[in-house]
Amino acid sequence: MSEKMKEVPGIYLRDAELKAEDAITFKWRPNAKYAWSGGIAYSRYLAELKNGRIIGRACRECGRILVPPRMFCDTCFRATDEWVYVKDTGTINTYSVSYLDADANRIKEPILVAVIDLDGASEGIGILHYVDPKVDPKDLHIGMKLKAVWKPEKERIGSVTDIAYFEPLKEG
Amino acid sequence: MKEVLFMTVAVVGVGYTDFRSTTPDVSFKEQMFEAAAKAYQDAGVHPRKDIGSFITGAEDYWEGYSIFDEFVPDQLGATLRPVCTISGDGLQALLTGAMQVKTGLMDVVAVESHSAASDLLSFHGIVSHGLDPVYNRNMNVNPFFVAGLEMRKYLSETKASREQCARVVTKNKLNAMDNPLAAYPAVMSIEEVMKSEMVSNPLTRRDISPLADGAIVMVLASEKKAKELSENPIWLKGMSWISETPWLESRDWSDATYARLSSEKAFKMADITNPQKQLDLVEVDDWFSYKELQHLEAIGVCEKGQAGKLLEQGQFDRDGDTPVNVSGGRLGAGNLLEASSLQSVLECVIQLRGHAGKRQIKGAHTAAAQSWRGVPTATGSMLVLSNEK
Ligand SMILES: [Zn+2]
Repeated sequence: MSEKMKEVPGIYLRDAELKAEDAITFKWRPNAKYAWSGGIAYSRYLAELKNGRIIGRACRECGRILVPPRMFCDTCFRATDEWVYVKDTGTINTYSVSYLDADANRIKEPILVAVIDLDGASEGIGILHYVDPKVDPKDLHIGMKLKAVWKPEKERIGSVTDIAYFEPLKEG
Repeated sequence: MKEVLFMTVAVVGVGYTDFRSTTPDVSFKEQMFEAAAKAYQDAGVHPRKDIGSFITGAEDYWEGYSIFDEFVPDQLGATLRPVCTISGDGLQALLTGAMQVKTGLMDVVAVESHSAASDLLSFHGIVSHGLDPVYNRNMNVNPFFVAGLEMRKYLSETKASREQCARVVTKNKLNAMDNPLAAYPAVMSIEEVMKSEMVSNPLTRRDISPLADGAIVMVLASEKKAKELSENPIWLKGMSWISETPWLESRDWSDATYARLSSEKAFKMADITNPQKQLDLVEVDDWFSYKELQHLEAIGVCEKGQAGKLLEQGQFDRDGDTPVNVSGGRLGAGNLLEASSLQSVLECVIQLRGHAGKRQIKGAHTAAAQSWRGVPTATGSMLVLSNEK
């Protein structure tokens, strides 16, 4: 801070003082509302989730199967070729255990999130999702095998959260 | 300064979707991919090996995404390559691309801009968000009052009439009838424009360009590369962009100073001393009807106060001395938000290539595209293009 700033009169306002009636403040809530077009890829992906299936798109040139599906291959820059169902089982690529919710409130039960490479998709391609909250975070590990736990059909709305979470795949 | 005056960058490829009032069937990414694939095909380049840099002109609030640059590489073929977003209109992005070519670091640059306006449920809310939060936002008026204030001052100073403004709308919508890409072609009467609902007096609903969706991609190349790639490169001859003060309380409400200054600079670079004579066609921003007249005067196509009269005499018609917004402009082709300025450039390129079909301006060899970023801004750009180097 410059010498000059030290001479500025007054004190820093505390939160309570900012909210006090005699403080001059302005409030503005942006009116920013969107309804994005699903388009071809999003729409089919979400419709298939509602059906209890995970679908991707295959690129014949590089041979990759992209999940979530895209109508174009970013590697080859060409239109992808066909729809391919992948399995709802996979392997943890990476994971984290969050002790904050979306509004940065500290939470007692941590949220387990993982990127799961799906069986049938190409290596390093899969889904970002929750891991069963009953799993002890200490038991999580990269390479862990998981399987989707779907919400009951009537509760599915065409959303990534139509899968409730992924749970450890029981051996055998 | 001297060496900057000599431009050697050309447009060697253009690609676009058609423009539509709504696009529920495709995402903005799928639209961008369509435009990009066509532009690369037109230029004869492959983005994965031939293009050195990718630039989009986009504004996060229109998109509803923060850090929008992160959402563009895949559909442009730009992953693992230099990518940036210019938080400005498509023409500002194109000028940035031209400068990148001029550095010599890249021979070929792709420039993209699009509109997903139909995804935006609160268009007026986003425009209001551009007002000063302390002095202006809490007045709780629809933000088009800014255009009403400007239109009033412009009409008062120039003695242009409401009817002349309405004629801008009918001309541009009629021009759009011959532009297969246009979203809002119409044969509309001046009475219909004049009698439409008042929005912010003297501005009526039909004075305002209707929103549309669409994507446009252009490929720029250095002189050497342009000659290799293209039989008909369209050369960028002069360019400039200007921002005025944002203060609504103390701006020049009658003149579009940003348009005057940016055109003066661009015309100097392009050796345009008499725009009315030397420009074969002009695309100017017509977000609101009166803006076309104001912009034509600001860029020196005619004297201040003359645009309305000349319009009535047919001088700005497609077969007039200086055809203006042959594409239909925002009023006829559709308001593509940040992409409308690239739509203006697109029309110039198509015309200068001689590919405009029914709406072709015969013998066109020099054209100008002028942009404005809409209310509440006083920011605009100018680009002069030619099919002769
Ligand atoms: Zn591929």
